[in-house]
Amino acid sequence: MSEKVLMKGNEAIAEAAIRAGCRHYFGYPITPQTEVAAYMAKRMPKIGGCFLQAESEIAAINMVYGVAGAGKRVMTSSSSPGISLKSEGLSYLAGSDLPAFVVNVQRGGPGLGGIQPSQSDYFQATKGGGHGDYKMIVLAPASVQEMASLTIKGFDLADKYRMTAMILADGTMGQMMEPVELGDVEVKEYDKSWAVTGTKCRRAHNIVNSLSLVPEELEQLNFARYERYKAVEENEVMYESYLMDDAEICVVAFGISARVSKNAINEARKNGIKVGMIRPITLWPFPKAPLLAAAEHCLTFLSVEMNMGQMIEDIELAIRCKRPVQLVNRVGGMIPSPEQVLQAIEEADKGGKAS
Amino acid sequence: MMNQILIAGFGGQGVLFAGKFLAYKGLIEGKQVSWLPSYGPEMRGGTANCSVIVGDEPIGSPIVNAPNTLIAMNLPSLQKYENAVVPGGLILVDSTLIAEKVSRTDVRVCYVPATKLANDSGFSTLANMILIGKLLKESEDMRFDHTEDALKKVIPARKMNLLDVNLKALETGYNFAE
Repeated sequence: MSEKVLMKGNEAIAEAAIRAGCRHYFGYPITPQTEVAAYMAKRMPKIGGCFLQAESEIAAINMVYGVAGAGKRVMTSSSSPGISLKSEGLSYLAGSDLPAFVVNVQRGGPGLGGIQPSQSDYFQATKGGGHGDYKMIVLAPASVQEMASLTIKGFDLADKYRMTAMILADGTMGQMMEPVELGDVEVKEYDKSWAVTGTKCRRAHNIVNSLSLVPEELEQLNFARYERYKAVEENEVMYESYLMDDAEICVVAFGISARVSKNAINEARKNGIKVGMIRPITLWPFPKAPLLAAAEHCLTFLSVEMNMGQMIEDIELAIRCKRPVQLVNRVGGMIPSPEQVLQAIEEADKGGKAS
Repeated sequence: MMNQILIAGFGGQGVLFAGKFLAYKGLIEGKQVSWLPSYGPEMRGGTANCSVIVGDEPIGSPIVNAPNTLIAMNLPSLQKYENAVVPGGLILVDSTLIAEKVSRTDVRVCYVPATKLANDSGFSTLANMILIGKLLKESEDMRFDHTEDALKKVIPARKMNLLDVNLKALETGYNFAE
């Protein structure tokens, strides 16, 4: 067992990526994720890797495209406005079926917004952002340890399904320090016979491209891609279930909102309120089945998120609107307090008893 | 027991460093710990604070909204956070920089002329660690141990020559009697 060290979430992502075999990082500085780039700038030259500060976010994501096309593990990181700039590249990565790893340490928006924590890029991450039919695997860490472990997982999932895996964190998760244990990582090898690595005149050219002008062929490419997405939905859903066995109220929250909610749930339990939480760890694929199962015994759902109500739509779909879902939120860089969540739980409890 | 500590002052006073020391000390002692800095367009002379939680239970929210312990290193910080401290909590005040007294009567207050003590002792930048030393004395669930191990974790290798003065600053605060 390796020693526990204190690390910022941003640093844990960077170190975990290196341990997962990533030797190519392209980025452009933006608060609150700058420590990822700073860590890479310090470490990459010492281990024969490449750290490059690009001239813009758009340049950085296209450098990611290039290395991914060559079959090497590669990443970029940014925060909300920067991810918007990278979104064209995310669509091209999807259209070319390339594995890539992207980090979004969210801040308040829209526009330049602010620099304090937010979760308002949920739609952008889970529903697209770039154009066209595509999905990304979206991972939502709720501890510094998970910032590391989900980074390693993200690289594996990206390679396995030839798609982009994104860490969707927020300013708090990026900036906070917690004990983290970073053991040696077994870097798995995936088939990359599609990669553009030079034929040495021994094989036909591999072509990595997102352009397909024959509609019949483009349709088939989309169908094939969605077959892979279906496999992701069947095999890769991750979530944490907290005190759900006897729960009558189900809190749904991810990342820092889940941390705050846990305090509120523990307090409510002391007062005899039967409340639990389902914490999605993958936001796509979304944990639909456990939520639908929870709708059997939970009378009310609370969606705690730092946006104007985004994940709440996925909850309503997952439970097929069988139960009411209340939004508990703060926005603009504000974080809900445990008291705010507790109050919502108490109101849901009273409401449940009245009906 | 959950010790929720808020350290607040000007940027450059070592607020974040002091918090890291407490977090590492907790980690070495096998406690659950978290450390969360304020971040923003902050600079030397601006405001800075950090939330540190040290406890026996897994930590939910890392944000300290209601501290048991407040270390105030300037007047704006005392004014901003005084009322957030839980009843029965502890407030440590750098009385060199803050002339005002705490108005609440339901909290314990220690006035430590930390900046003056630091200047008089020849380590003018270590008022933060003097206050931490006093905290180790006054806190019910902290002891003056593992200090050197924790300092070795938070002082960067190239500045390890400052280990001794940091230890002295902790001792100065620990031994200070009002």
